[in-house]
Amino acid sequence: MSKSGQGVPRSIERRTWLAAALSGVAASSLLRTRFDAVDLLAQQSEPADPTKVMGRLVSELGSRAPGEQPRRQAGPAAPSSSSRTPLGDLHGIITPADLHFERHHAGVPAIDPESYELLIHGMVERPLVFTLPDLKRFPSVSRIHFLECSGNGGGAFNPARMPTDITPQAMDGLLSTSEWTGVPLATLLREVGVRPQASWIVAEGGDAAMLNRSIPLEKAMDDALIAYGQNGEGLRPEQGYPARVFLPGWEGNTSVKWVRRIEVTDQPVMSREETSNYTDPLKGGSARQFSFVMDAKSVITFPTFPYALPERGWWEVQGLAWSGRGTITGVDISIDGGRTWAPARLQQPVLPLAAVRFTFPWNWDGREAMLLSRCSDETGYVQPSAQEYIAARGEQTRYHSNFIRAWKVTPDGTVTYGLGDLL
Amino acid sequence: MRPRPQVAFGSLLVLVTFAACGAADRPGEASAAVAAPALPERFGLGTPVDEARIAAWDVDIRPDGTGLPPGSGSVEDGAAVYLLRCAACHGPTGTEGPNNRLVGTEAWEDFPATRTVGNYWPFATTLYDYIVRAMPQDSPGTLSADETYAVIAWILHRNELIGADAVMDASTLPAVEMPARDRFVVDDRLESNVVR
Repeated sequence: MSKSGQGVPRSIERRTWLAAALSGVAASSLLRTRFDAVDLLAQQSEPADPTKVMGRLVSELGSRAPGEQPRRQAGPAAPSSSSRTPLGDLHGIITPADLHFERHHAGVPAIDPESYELLIHGMVERPLVFTLPDLKRFPSVSRIHFLECSGNGGGAFNPARMPTDITPQAMDGLLSTSEWTGVPLATLLREVGVRPQASWIVAEGGDAAMLNRSIPLEKAMDDALIAYGQNGEGLRPEQGYPARVFLPGWEGNTSVKWVRRIEVTDQPVMSREETSNYTDPLKGGSARQFSFVMDAKSVITFPTFPYALPERGWWEVQGLAWSGRGTITGVDISIDGGRTWAPARLQQPVLPLAAVRFTFPWNWDGREAMLLSRCSDETGYVQPSAQEYIAARGEQTRYHSNFIRAWKVTPDGTVTYGLGDLL
Repeated sequence: MRPRPQVAFGSLLVLVTFAACGAADRPGEASAAVAAPALPERFGLGTPVDEARIAAWDVDIRPDGTGLPPGSGSVEDGAAVYLLRCAACHGPTGTEGPNNRLVGTEAWEDFPATRTVGNYWPFATTLYDYIVRAMPQDSPGTLSADETYAVIAWILHRNELIGADAVMDASTLPAVEMPARDRFVVDDRLESNVVR
């Protein structure tokens, strides 16, 4: 009975805890004072020889090593409505929850979990509201999936001035991966009883934007979640606490955060976010609407700007690949600007609609190199070159930027974003 | 509390059997030997709500005007509302910013230079749906129905979509013809592995 608000009444939990705490105080108070002093000493600095100084004691909440202080990076606008994951500072595929990218349309709301309710109504047999404890009583699932903002990578191409001094974080850091825990939305929709004429749902957030997106019922009944857990803990407020929609593989804004209302309908509401905002003008004057799925994409996270390789020899090229169309099946690496390619190794786990970590051992000979990564997925889709992408969509489309990035290594070891050299 | 499965007695027997094999500390495996209870179509969770409760939260406005409340507003009244509640972020004439440019009637072929109500928004009703939930940003949802209709009338007029004497209400707003209406196309990317 570890889920909050469930099982053991709160007052009993508190009483038990108090009793345990009080009985221990007298016996250990003297000892604790001495340990506290030692602990303080140990925290002051990194001693020359840690084997000669007693280390820190236990703590209620862990902290990162002083030398490991990755940070999100806010966008250039002030005040910024997004912050980006430090892709180059992380390992494996899971993004620590406090480094998951942010994109808000009216800030992060403070929502009381005790009064939180999710209303589901519209073309249903029984309109219902669910409290957070209600949601946690349904059969739960946990799934590892990426989440990517459709605007991610918008800075990777600029016809007026191609960037060179851009980091993977600044370029593609609106991409994070978590283990999401929650109840399948299909379970809740069965609970309310969807009427046969229904074909869409409209999800609405409880933030000050009351952000609303229309979602085809087919997706809602397939793999959509109402998520309340992230990487083993409750959702972070920035990620939609107490509960959010999560749509695997789809552009981030459709996974409505702080969800408080779902209306079952037979048509999209044509909200601002699905008409004037998250639509994609294409060359020729049309604009793509309801472009939900995130195409396959890979990004190298090392070596990249602003790192400099201090010497020739063996280095491991690393990066992430993901696809909203299905499971990643392969990543190829080129060190010569795309003339030749060799397969990278995919680290396990390789999961559907999740980021995959790829690695490629590289014995740098000290000469100029141009590093590229190109992924493919189980549907046969292959990540396009920038030329293919621009030929299809034009130069000024902002969203769904998934073309191959390039990193130029010069003989002095400096690394810069090198796509401009390839166009 | 989670409802207890109806197989408790069976589980106990299996547990005893496993205990004899030294596996008593693995109750999860032991109970897996008994079929899990079949899940129901419904769990009987959640609380029914009445129409009043739904109406208090349902602010959606659809393209055909469904959801639009009674009330009305003129272009002239909208100018005053706009100046007081919107101009600080969108500029005195809806073009200066610093936030999204609202007014712009420039024709475009490949790409719009900016996405304005006049050149990019496909439905006039979206203005109401958006304003009532998200605007003004410093006090969202505080405009009255009349004020909302009025400021929409002003924005549409500045975009040369309605006349200076037009009045917006639940019947006139959905009828406004938006120049970008036919530009929007359905996503066809998944029909092919070729980049589109």
